[in-house]
Amino acid sequence: MGAALARAAQWTAAGSGTGTLEITPLNESLLNQIIKFVEDFSARHPREAAFVFKEPLEWKTQLDCSAFGNGYEITEATVQSEAKAKDGQSLLLLTKSTLRVRSFDQLSHVLQIAMEKKLKEVQACLEANRDPIVQILGPEYGTVEGEDRSILHLLEKVKKGGDPETEVKMKIFLLLHQLDLQLLNSSLKQISQDVRLNPAAVNNEVNLLKNFSEEGEDTVLESLEYTSDYVFSNGCRAPPWRQVHGEICYLVINPHDTDPLCITCSTAGVFLNGGQIDGKDHIDYERKSDVYKDIVTFLRERSPKFVENMAKQVSVLSYLFKMCLFILVYSCLKWVMLFFIFSKTSARFNNVSESSSETEEDEEQPVRHHEGGTDLPSEYWGIQKLAKYLKGGNPTATVIALCSMKDFNLAQETCQMAIRDIGCLEVLINLLDTEEIKCQIGSLKILKEISQNTLIRHAIADLGGLEIMVKILDSLDRELKCLAAETIANVARFKRAQRTVRQHGGIKRLNVWCCIHDSLGSTSLTPYQAKDTEMARCGALALWSCSKSTKNKEAIRKAGGIPLLARWLKCSHANILTPVVGTLQECASTPSYRLAIKTEGMIEYLVKNLSSEHEELQMHCASAIFKCAEDKETRDLVRQHGGLQPLSVLLANSENKQLLAAVTGAIWKCAISEENVAKFREYKVIETLVGLLTDQPEEVLVNIVGALGECCQESVNRSTIRRCGGIPPLVKLLTGTNQALLVNVTKTVGACATEPETMIIIDRLDGVRLLWSLLKNPNPDIQASAAWAICPCIDNAKDAGEMVRSFVGGLELVVNLLKSKNKEVLASVCGAITNIAKDEENLAVITDHGVVPLLSKLANTNNDKLRRHLAEAISNCCMWGRNRVAFGESNAVAPLVRYLRSNDPSVHRATAQALYQLSEDPNNCITMHENGVVKLLLPMVGSTDETLQEAAAGCIANIRRLALATEKAKYG
Amino acid sequence: MFTCDPPVAPSDATRPLLPGPGPPARVTMTAAAAAVSGRPLTMSRKRLQQLVDALGHSTKHFNKGEVECLIKLFDKLVAESSSRFAAAGFDRNMFRDILHSAFGMTDEMIMDRVFRTFDRDNNSCISVVEWVEGLSVFLRGTMEEKIKYCFEVYDLNGDGYISREEMFQMLKNCLLKQPSEEDPDEGIKDLVDIAMKKMDYDHDGKLSFKDFEKAVRDETLLLEAFGPCLPDIKSRMAFEQKTFRESS
Repeated sequence: MGAALARAAQWTAAGSGTGTLEITPLNESLLNQIIKFVEDFSARHPREAAFVFKEPLEWKTQLDCSAFGNGYEITEATVQSEAKAKDGQSLLLLTKSTLRVRSFDQLSHVLQIAMEKKLKEVQACLEANRDPIVQILGPEYGTVEGEDRSILHLLEKVKKGGDPETEVKMKIFLLLHQLDLQLLNSSLKQISQDVRLNPAAVNNEVNLLKNFSEEGEDTVLESLEYTSDYVFSNGCRAPPWRQVHGEICYLVINPHDTDPLCITCSTAGVFLNGGQIDGKDHIDYERKSDVYKDIVTFLRERSPKFVENMAKQVSVLSYLFKMCLFILVYSCLKWVMLFFIFSKTSARFNNVSESSSETEEDEEQPVRHHEGGTDLPSEYWGIQKLAKYLKGGNPTATVIALCSMKDFNLAQETCQMAIRDIGCLEVLINLLDTEEIKCQIGSLKILKEISQNTLIRHAIADLGGLEIMVKILDSLDRELKCLAAETIANVARFKRAQRTVRQHGGIKRLNVWCCIHDSLGSTSLTPYQAKDTEMARCGALALWSCSKSTKNKEAIRKAGGIPLLARWLKCSHANILTPVVGTLQECASTPSYRLAIKTEGMIEYLVKNLSSEHEELQMHCASAIFKCAEDKETRDLVRQHGGLQPLSVLLANSENKQLLAAVTGAIWKCAISEENVAKFREYKVIETLVGLLTDQPEEVLVNIVGALGECCQESVNRSTIRRCGGIPPLVKLLTGTNQALLVNVTKTVGACATEPETMIIIDRLDGVRLLWSLLKNPNPDIQASAAWAICPCIDNAKDAGEMVRSFVGGLELVVNLLKSKNKEVLASVCGAITNIAKDEENLAVITDHGVVPLLSKLANTNNDKLRRHLAEAISNCCMWGRNRVAFGESNAVAPLVRYLRSNDPSVHRATAQALYQLSEDPNNCITMHENGVVKLLLPMVGSTDETLQEAAAGCIANIRRLALATEKAKYG
Repeated sequence: MFTCDPPVAPSDATRPLLPGPGPPARVTMTAAAAAVSGRPLTMSRKRLQQLVDALGHSTKHFNKGEVECLIKLFDKLVAESSSRFAAAGFDRNMFRDILHSAFGMTDEMIMDRVFRTFDRDNNSCISVVEWVEGLSVFLRGTMEEKIKYCFEVYDLNGDGYISREEMFQMLKNCLLKQPSEEDPDEGIKDLVDIAMKKMDYDHDGKLSFKDFEKAVRDETLLLEAFGPCLPDIKSRMAFEQKTFRESS
């Protein structure tokens, strides 16, 4: 105890006179051990605990008189214990704040009373009694450096048959001696963990930090300066009288986010000092903070901004780091630690998130290596030990080692990396190539677990593991095959691996060995069937992983996978169904699969599993339907198998966003059929969808809005949407940026705008302006659907002309879109122009912007949709000034006549109207006549469509009238 | 698919051979033994039939046809070697040869233990009954039977525990490359520690049957933890195919 206190405990260095114990981790642990010793003393050594000290231990206590309870006489400010020594003195005496204690019994009592103040009390006691043994046993037992003979004297006394007191003394002395050794040992442990700084290391760290310190946001620090420029020959900057305390130098650091910090770098570490006093020359050397092992650690603790910017500097740093390496060899340990801090920070940004989407996963391969030497986790050593047996053992030893390795937490990255870095991965893969089934199984069991990690997956593929595993699929042992398939499923999550599996015939094998089993439909399983199920499951998992590549989808189909998948689909085990439907869903992105899903009768089972209790399975079913329901027959099949109701039920589960996205997608595609919409109306799907319009991720919104757009084709549904308050959120979505979403939103808003009542709401929310500004979007799909949406808006808005004029530059924008190359955009813009031209003033404006020549240029087209809208636009634009003549001059008339040969009656009608308008101009009549318009128009006069009839007749009348007039002029 | 059709047996004749009540396995054992005792070198057809019937009852993993095939194989192997030993079964060396040639076993000690496990009555000779019943577990045993069998093989001194020393004995040839600078035994001791840590659930420093069973149920790979004592799938299938097809 004495030696430990004298040597190990850290007494304040700066103070003079009676030293005080600093609050350092080391001291704290020493004090705690002493407390434990004293507390247990009376219980463990009752006889010795009663021993009365030679001199009382005396110290200033913070305990209050009232704290003492039974066994004590309390009079005003004094407390006396009832227990008394032989000489009649109390064993415990408290006067004012001075406490005197004369036995271990009382000491442990005091500690019990002190409760949370224990530490303080012991500290005060030890500070007041620097060598407590002297007080306890007498001065002759005082701690002396070097040889200690007191124990020998005691021993002799005891031998001589001395009084029992000597024996007790002897025991106490031995106990205290034991405690002393224990304390020294533990403090040695602590001290050995301390990093001793030296001037060179400090200097390097300071220089490095200086490189990243200047004014400006991105640097790690604003500035960092030594307080003194003078360097002593030993590399220290601290004045000699401070060097004796181990201090090396003082720094003033200006971080971005806190006041300047004045720190001391000493051999024991870095800490905050009292700062500069009286200007620059004097420093308050007293320690004001904990001790950190270096400046970086200190700053990480003090300045959040430093940590943040440090992360940004990592890349620069690591480059610089390489450059500096040769300078830094002598302090390399320090640097590896520093690097560790950085690599840990950078690691956070490297994490590749997992998802099972169709996009290629983890293509990029972050390279990360464990820098050896420091801080290796304990798993490393454990795994390394086992690796020895994997490398140099026979199969029996290998199996034991493998089983033991399985007990590590293989899901943990540390272990995964340890296995890779130690070189176990190669050994594990080599084991797969042996004939030893048990070793293969053991190795696969580990590979299966660790291949959850991206880096490991890549490493396994690099080491040729996939080829071997594909070979194992032919093995006779079922368990082995299953494990291989499962591991392939894990590894084959990136393109290269998927290709490898295909090229080595893995897909064929998976198909073949999975299709033997027919018994999957039954519900009760014999153990044998259970194994089959397991095999089917693993096989399906592997296929699922592989099916993410397009070529693999083709390979699966060629290997006869489709009927197989269809058969599996009929089974009732969710754990097989999930990968099967997952594969189908993945493959449904190719047309051949969609056809197969329809013709092989898989829709029925997809629908059935929508009502499964597994959300993942439901999701895959829904997204398979989503992908397939582009096809009308498929949509009908979904309805016939009663799939619409489960879909609408699933909408209620709005927590699982992936599921919701798939379900709304399926609803969207199914809603393309009117019969389905009627069903959806029955299930109140529209109301639910409107309710889901807020606070959803975009991929869900796209589908919801798409579904609403399809439902909107019917007026009942449009009013439902309005009644449920769906219009405001829809209009709000017009301000978004997601392309797919905008296409659907514009379409839906356009459909809703056909109702005058709804139009009022849209107009009030300024929806038309939003639609109009979407015309500026570079995406032609959005342009087209925005233009289509604008048509009914103009049609139904009050004061539409005024409204359109109020959009600055709006009309010019529309006219310019006629230069687009996209047929759909052109048709939609023609539609918009048709509506705009209904207002005379606006017609004048667009005429000024050159709408006539632009329309005329489009006239030579074969696209019936465009023809129809173009003809309508032309007919409406004829109403202004000399536009009729202008159309004639820009050769729009002759192509129009040809439109009459089209098969589309709506084109006929629009064209006839346009021709009727154009025929008001004599020159146009001549052109028409020359192109044989009369012959084409005559049958149309007999049409059932009155508008067409009228227009055709009017046109013919105009031509005829001109002919009569000409004749009259000719012949008088 | 590896079975063969049992020959049509005149079964009625054998029924009276089984006397009264009692644990059937035991009874058939004695019955079979009775059939064996005083067996001439070439078995009479009747005796063979009795034996087949008796064993057909006691071993659940073979049908009568298969039992007959195994008995024939036994006779053949005994006959081959009878020039040297006119015994009523396999002695240690013969059995070892069979294990080596038919199942590719190499470990002397393990083969010795397999012999002792087959040799139920400890007379250092494997009789035809022991042969068929042993093979029943050896080739087609259930997991439970196999765990019991393996434990018996590994429990070298038969005291009901696999001790550290026994493990050491069994694993001592495990490390192929001996690192030169290290005490070669050190590596084995470490391996024993690893195995002990993995399997000794009650921490009493030795493996009881309970420990072993739990460990194997937990991780099937540990069934043959201390050396191969069961045939691997290939040699097993080869043996079955050869034996059952040839003689059927």
